[in-house]
Amino acid sequence: MTIATSLEDACAALAADPDSLVLAGGTDLMVEVNRGSRRIGNVVTLNRVPELGAWRRDGGQLRLGAGVTFGEISRPEIASLLPALAQAARTVGSPQIRNAATLGGNIATASPAADSLPVLVALDAVLELCSSAGRREVAVADFVTGVKQTCLLPGELIEAVRVPVLDGPQEFCKVGTRNAMVISVASLALLVDRGSRRIRVGLGSVSPRPLRATAAEEHISQRLDWDTGGHPGETAIGEFADLVAGSATPINDHRSSARYRSHAVGVLAGRALARVLEEVAAT
Amino acid sequence: MTDTRVAARTGTAPRIGESARRPDGAPKTSGSFAFSSDLWHDRMLWGGTLRSPHPSARIRSIQIGAAVAVTGVHAVLLHDDVPGQKEFGLEHRDQPVLAGDIVRYEGEPVAIVAADHPEAVRMALEAIVVDYEVLAPAVDPMTVEEVEPIHPDGNLIRRIHLRHGDQDVVGDVQVEGTYEVAMQDQAFLGPESGMAVPADDGSIDLYVATQWLHSDRDQVADCLGLEPGSVRLTLAGVGGAFGAREDLSLHVHLCMLAQHTDRPVKMVYSREESFHGHVHRHPAQMWYRHHATSDGTLVRVEARLVLDGGAYASSSSAVIANATCFAAGPYRVPSADIDGAVVRTNNPPCGAMRGFGAVQTCYAHEAQMDKLAEALGMNPIELRLHNALEPGDELLTGQTITGTAPVAEVIRSCAEHPSAAAIALDPMELPGGAGRTAGPEDVVRGEAFALGFKNLLFSEGFDDSSEAACRLEGGVATITSACAEVGQGFVTVAQQITREVLGVEEVVMAPATTATVGSAGSTSASRQTWMSGGAVKEACEKVRVQLLERVAAQQGADVSDLVLVDGRIVSLAGGLDIDLAEATAEPVEADVVFRHAQTWPLDDDGQGNAHVSFAFSAHRAIVDVDTGLGLVKVVELTTSQDVGRILNPMQVVGQLEGGAAQGVGLAVMEEVLVVDGRIRNASFTDYLVPTALDMPPVEIAALIEQAEPGAPFGAKGIGEPPSISSTAAVAAAIRVATGLDLPRVPVRPTDIVFPEGEA
Amino acid sequence: MSTDPYLLRVNGTDHRVGDGRPGESLLWVLRERLGFHGSKNACEEGECGSCTVLLDGQTVCSCLVLAESATGCEITTIEGVADDEGLSDVQQAFIDTGAVQCGFCTPGLIVSIGALLDSNPDPDDLTVREAISGNLCRCTGYGRILEAVNVAAAGRRNEGSAA
Repeated sequence: MTIATSLEDACAALAADPDSLVLAGGTDLMVEVNRGSRRIGNVVTLNRVPELGAWRRDGGQLRLGAGVTFGEISRPEIASLLPALAQAARTVGSPQIRNAATLGGNIATASPAADSLPVLVALDAVLELCSSAGRREVAVADFVTGVKQTCLLPGELIEAVRVPVLDGPQEFCKVGTRNAMVISVASLALLVDRGSRRIRVGLGSVSPRPLRATAAEEHISQRLDWDTGGHPGETAIGEFADLVAGSATPINDHRSSARYRSHAVGVLAGRALARVLEEVAAT
Repeated sequence: MTDTRVAARTGTAPRIGESARRPDGAPKTSGSFAFSSDLWHDRMLWGGTLRSPHPSARIRSIQIGAAVAVTGVHAVLLHDDVPGQKEFGLEHRDQPVLAGDIVRYEGEPVAIVAADHPEAVRMALEAIVVDYEVLAPAVDPMTVEEVEPIHPDGNLIRRIHLRHGDQDVVGDVQVEGTYEVAMQDQAFLGPESGMAVPADDGSIDLYVATQWLHSDRDQVADCLGLEPGSVRLTLAGVGGAFGAREDLSLHVHLCMLAQHTDRPVKMVYSREESFHGHVHRHPAQMWYRHHATSDGTLVRVEARLVLDGGAYASSSSAVIANATCFAAGPYRVPSADIDGAVVRTNNPPCGAMRGFGAVQTCYAHEAQMDKLAEALGMNPIELRLHNALEPGDELLTGQTITGTAPVAEVIRSCAEHPSAAAIALDPMELPGGAGRTAGPEDVVRGEAFALGFKNLLFSEGFDDSSEAACRLEGGVATITSACAEVGQGFVTVAQQITREVLGVEEVVMAPATTATVGSAGSTSASRQTWMSGGAVKEACEKVRVQLLERVAAQQGADVSDLVLVDGRIVSLAGGLDIDLAEATAEPVEADVVFRHAQTWPLDDDGQGNAHVSFAFSAHRAIVDVDTGLGLVKVVELTTSQDVGRILNPMQVVGQLEGGAAQGVGLAVMEEVLVVDGRIRNASFTDYLVPTALDMPPVEIAALIEQAEPGAPFGAKGIGEPPSISSTAAVAAAIRVATGLDLPRVPVRPTDIVFPEGEA
Repeated sequence: MSTDPYLLRVNGTDHRVGDGRPGESLLWVLRERLGFHGSKNACEEGECGSCTVLLDGQTVCSCLVLAESATGCEITTIEGVADDEGLSDVQQAFIDTGAVQCGFCTPGLIVSIGALLDSNPDPDDLTVREAISGNLCRCTGYGRILEAVNVAAAGRRNEGSAA
């Protein structure tokens, strides 16, 4: 086992044995290990790499180290800049999980139910990947290629996540059949981007990959009066919700049905929009 | 000598009626309490179980060569290695210790392994090659009686066709409904675990978490081909039970591995394995027709009940008896036709869970009562009061209630209790909770009421006696009982009873084991306070009499003049005052077997004096429902319960709150999803039990105290009723909020959003 | 195959873990190799909180921590929450309010609640409920546990005002 203490260490260890398991918070990986469905060979642990645990604001951007935990994201310092991501963070597992689970781990696991991904795709987040061979950047939407599939190459790590700090209110909502500690049945991030006069919508648990509801975004963004913040009318909100629901391509599984999931993101879309409009009107 | 002469004295250690602290509280909070999964022995091996991946299959062959060859493996055992009787079972010995030529449910044990590390166990289990001929599973309880038997004992486990009163009665008003209850898991937190330690003389010690040591002991001994005396069971710390530990799980497996390897063997189920390794609450499909006169008097109830027993019988026969006998609820019903059947399928085996058959029917009969109230244009509380059972009334079984039955008091106190429920504003407190899915404008509130009851203690002629011994020496009382403490607080109550009767401060609870005392019966059926509490009380009373007689003889005093109080023996007339510690330098001992009033089997019409006693409870639920997303938040539960006498108020509250939580779970989230015989959610990730953000406050409106004849101090069992009417009340409140029928629990989001069905 | 020996610092004392197997969780090593049985094994997938310990002061599910990776961290288990032979205020409150039934969830809850009260001595009901939402209890329905938190918090307030 390599307990990496610098990014360089980690990349070198991974280069030496690209089959090594990368361990960040451990909250996904160890479930598989405990279950016996994953055998441990070489492990490279990242939780002692200071660069990965840091975050900073660069002008209009926020750069979050991949090792930043959901506990940290839900605290006011980051929450004030990325409210939707902070809301999503607060729904990840339990307090104990949030203290260990990292943003990078959530992205790399690439579960359709990942709580951070709807927000990150809505933010057009860019991932900084690194390996001993060098660095590259990938949009989060391109990073996830399928259910628990990513374009991460052997020997490569997620180093950081770059997202814009948007001007405008944000919402994240997640449906589960319990009030806490529940896997998402459907989730939605809705972000107001005053700068580019756009409503951004990301969806979770309704497709193999995190999804942007592009048609719905365009529809509602055009119908908002960006100068006055005036209400677009119930019809427009209803159409928007229908478009969001229509963009989902969910499946039936033991947690819910495809029909319910589509319905749910539609309902969430309407409600989240109403909430941000209220906030817009109030400011 | 009367109790009151002693009870009138003051003591410092808490006695009956006081909130005594648990004697195991300190070790449980400090982490030093040894649960069954904490056992350790320096020579021990780890055991593991290979389970069938198929709900129905024939085993053509099993190859264990590669498993035996795994480094660290000490034993791999199969069906033929079971030394004695190959099957076990609580009521019917119909369940193989290890599958022979056929497997009947997914997860059925097929082979067992002992090795020096769990990882070696895992590798060995993976190396066992089983050649299965997969068969089509019989999974539909409604039709399984018509298909080829999946077990030599047939596909019908038990049918009770109860007919009571005039069968030609027809009511002015009739309401009909079909209801369904899904499979619930007990979801105790401490997984099945234990350790077997072989002895040199061929006997064996088994340390295990269980509800019933002696029943386990007898079944284990039969399967090992040993005399019961050669198998000693000792209770290891129990991490909750709720019915799931009444059957054997790993008991025989551990003993076989220990005997075979001549080493101590420990086994701990994983959570997934636990879902496969114990029985669940029976799923039920129920049809009802209630008949009433136009003034709201119930005149007849008809019902057809089908419970899915799964692959093996477990306690199904008793569960269906409860479902059938209490099918109409705690109401006067002069005429009834209740057909109750529990069938065998290739689904996971079902058996005991808190409420035991009464949970399922309560949900249905209370839905019917609400429906009837609506049809009559009558207030649902008034309808229930109008028909509420009273002492002297007959049950559906023809049995007359001779004990207490404060049903009207339970209804009134609960219904009239003011609600403290506020309107929630924070999304965290609304349906959806942390997911922030709803605002106050998205929810509708509903409020409803439900009433339930069930029998206390075992029924139908079963002599579930309890033995206890008391030894008083040096002023310290030691109580020996094989009663399984599973968290309910028997150890607390036993100490209180002992202090009450003997006036002592210090009461030692000896380990619960089959080695030193006879059976205490099962920790189930809300029976241990009554039965083992009764045994402790009688044993202590016997000690008191013996001691006072001895002291009287020694001192030349009149025994009727002597009392035991606060660690002293004093004469009421004065003059005698002896320290109890001195008086008991020579110990005084007594051993008693306590029995409840006799009961009788049901006859062919389901009639007979089958039950000892009954307990009643009511819940009022207030819920917020997000109709857009179909999510529910239970805002408040209010309850009243018939408790006989309160022995420990703090523990009573704990039982009422905890039982209600399991009821809330069944109402809105808990379901073992079984598809084609396979469990789809055998984990705490997908089998959801309520968290602290899901459970509402439980307001206790009233604890109705009417001393029950025959019960120690008049105390009724209190563990099960909280789980019976709570589910029904929550479901009813969701109905009120949504206006939907909701004929199934748990109520799923889709049931609210797509009431017409998914398709 | 066994891991190289490594050190775990538990409740202020270093413990050497020899011949561990790769992949062993911190929970497993605490319980089965080091004899700290107070942390409980109820789900081994981070969904129950019975195995909650403090890792450098933060609550985590020890079942999801790879034991070796905790080298260099301060690990506090239930066995380390009380200063001396006695019980912590939270432990005593659990006993006094009836928050203990079967007790399997109790150690994890006490660790979680201790951490909560250390960072927020006067939490409101919703804060407490969220803080313990990762600790399942199947016996109590949480009522007495919430009461225990109230009692412990009140005790700390009184102590604070007396000091």
